[in-house]
Amino acid sequence: MAVSQPTLTKTKGANGSAPWLNENVKALGLFIISLVLFLLFWEIGANLKLFAKGMPTASKTLQELWWWSTHPFFDNGPNDLGIGWNLLISLRRVAIGYFLASAIAVPLGILIGISPIAYKAFNPYVQLLKPVSPLAWLPLGLYIFRDSEKTGIFIILISSIWPTLINTAFGVANVNPEYLDVSKTLGASRIRTIFKVIIPAALPNIVSGLRISMGISWLVIVAAEMLLGTGLGYFIWNEWNNLYIPNILVAIFIIGLVGLILDNIFGALEKFVAFGRKA
Amino acid sequence: MSIASVNYSSNGAVSPEPEFPSAQLSIRNVTKVFAGKRDIFSKLSGKTSRDFVAIEDISLDIEPNTFVSIIGPSGCGKSTLLNMVAGLSPVSQGEILLNGSPITGPGPDRGMVFQNYALMPWMTVEENIRFAVETVFSKLSPKQINRAIKEQIQLVGLEGAEKKHPHELSGGMRQRVGIARALAINPQILLMDEPFGALDALTRGFLQSEVERIWEQQRKTVIMITHSIEEALLLSDRIVMMTRGPAARVDEILEVPFPRPRDRNTIDQHPAYHDLKAEMESHLFRETRAVEESRIR
Ligand SMILES: Nc1ncnc2c1ncn2[C@@H]1O[C@H](COP(=O)(O)OP(=O)(O)OP(=O)(O)O)[C@@H](O)[C@H]1O
Ligand SMILES: [Mg+2]
Repeated sequence: MAVSQPTLTKTKGANGSAPWLNENVKALGLFIISLVLFLLFWEIGANLKLFAKGMPTASKTLQELWWWSTHPFFDNGPNDLGIGWNLLISLRRVAIGYFLASAIAVPLGILIGISPIAYKAFNPYVQLLKPVSPLAWLPLGLYIFRDSEKTGIFIILISSIWPTLINTAFGVANVNPEYLDVSKTLGASRIRTIFKVIIPAALPNIVSGLRISMGISWLVIVAAEMLLGTGLGYFIWNEWNNLYIPNILVAIFIIGLVGLILDNIFGALEKFVAFGRKA
Repeated sequence: MSIASVNYSSNGAVSPEPEFPSAQLSIRNVTKVFAGKRDIFSKLSGKTSRDFVAIEDISLDIEPNTFVSIIGPSGCGKSTLLNMVAGLSPVSQGEILLNGSPITGPGPDRGMVFQNYALMPWMTVEENIRFAVETVFSKLSPKQINRAIKEQIQLVGLEGAEKKHPHELSGGMRQRVGIARALAINPQILLMDEPFGALDALTRGFLQSEVERIWEQQRKTVIMITHSIEEALLLSDRIVMMTRGPAARVDEILEVPFPRPRDRNTIDQHPAYHDLKAEMESHLFRETRAVEESRIR
């Protein structure tokens, strides 16, 4: 053992790679270089009018981004609202619709998944409704609720319910039969088996369903808000009417950033419930 | 064992006076037929299948405090037989009596050890055992439950790993948890389906010695399925050799006369060891060759 130690360090040194230059550092370097090149290309191209007419420069857009992020909360009426307010309005709609959807989808998914007959019987509904574009529900929502706020929440609900429902039912229906055998040989009651075995066993599937649903909610809200009165979607629509492109780019960046953060939260949650399993 | 005094009748499993005092478990003319698929959907998709007779007319009596191994060619129906004893799968014909009363379903009077451990990944070692104890002895006080769990953890040598999750443990450690969980409910019979099948040779040998040690302490009735002749000879009082399937039967039952406690290093010095080993080898070889030949045709 004592002999192999020095050779081990030697081969590492012979590779010539300094320890701080690992994969992550390299990736970060490449990311920064590509970002700088992209911004340079954008800046020069816009100055030389290579792109569409009225395309703002990178520096102008970054300036706007700086201004909007340092003045997030001002309120000069619905058409001149700080981006922070708009973001909170969008998040609030998503939170309500998404929470309602999850509160329906998880218990319903568990009920459907527990019974193989229910699983087969209800699958056609879910498969039929899942691929429908969220915006197809918009007229229906407006007709039923006659209120833009409620319609927005309704659309979030109806489009984010399916992934959670499907994944929950799938996870519950496909619990490792050995876990159920353990429960049976111990003589555990049905209720105890459901709460102590089936639901925890399906949790990775449930959480990945919730993650997909969250992504969809965030996609849908922006589109839906273009037809409603406030929120990030309306902000973009409004800036389009003003024909002020830099602010649209700022909004796109912020929407992407918030989506990324939401997704990472659920990604961390997935890891937390995995316990060595692959979801 | 502090939990030994708990009355099983509170869990629905009854233990009246045995009809046949010598046999604790009595398998009588048991046949298992897996029903083929003949419903309309299978017919429409052309995927019908015929009935499959896995086991035919097996009878076997097991006395209390004996360690019985079942050995036989792959796919002959060993797991099927054990699952019927566990109550996880119904018998097609015949009956299985535990202390004189027929087995109708699974119950905590039989503890099961699974080949792939079947530990709940989201529970720690301690919680896995706790789940079993709390399910079976729901009337015990938290203090008694904690003591029972601790006892099992010490018995199988898992001290220090209580707070770990299964994915942080080696295979050998996981199967210790599996054994502890099965023993924690103080079953009358321990059922083990190839308990060391997924382990490497060294860990396997070590765990066999551990099982031998634990068995000396408790002398519970054990039914173990194995593919290893040495394992069967080291651990069992009797070895049941099954024929190949379909319609598998019991071919022969060997008595293993070696004195206990047994030591894996000296057991082969017993005069009967090599004869028994040779007999099992020729049986397994004959059956396996027949299986392979029938596959070629
Ligand atoms: N649910 C089932 N439906 C139909 N056939 C089955 C079913 N379960 C098992 N069988 C068949 O019954 C036979 C016995 O299976 P079993 O798993 O009991 O064998 P085994 O002796 O445990 O084999 P191994 O040594 O590989 O574990 C096999 O031919 C198998 O294909
Ligand atoms: Mg088997």
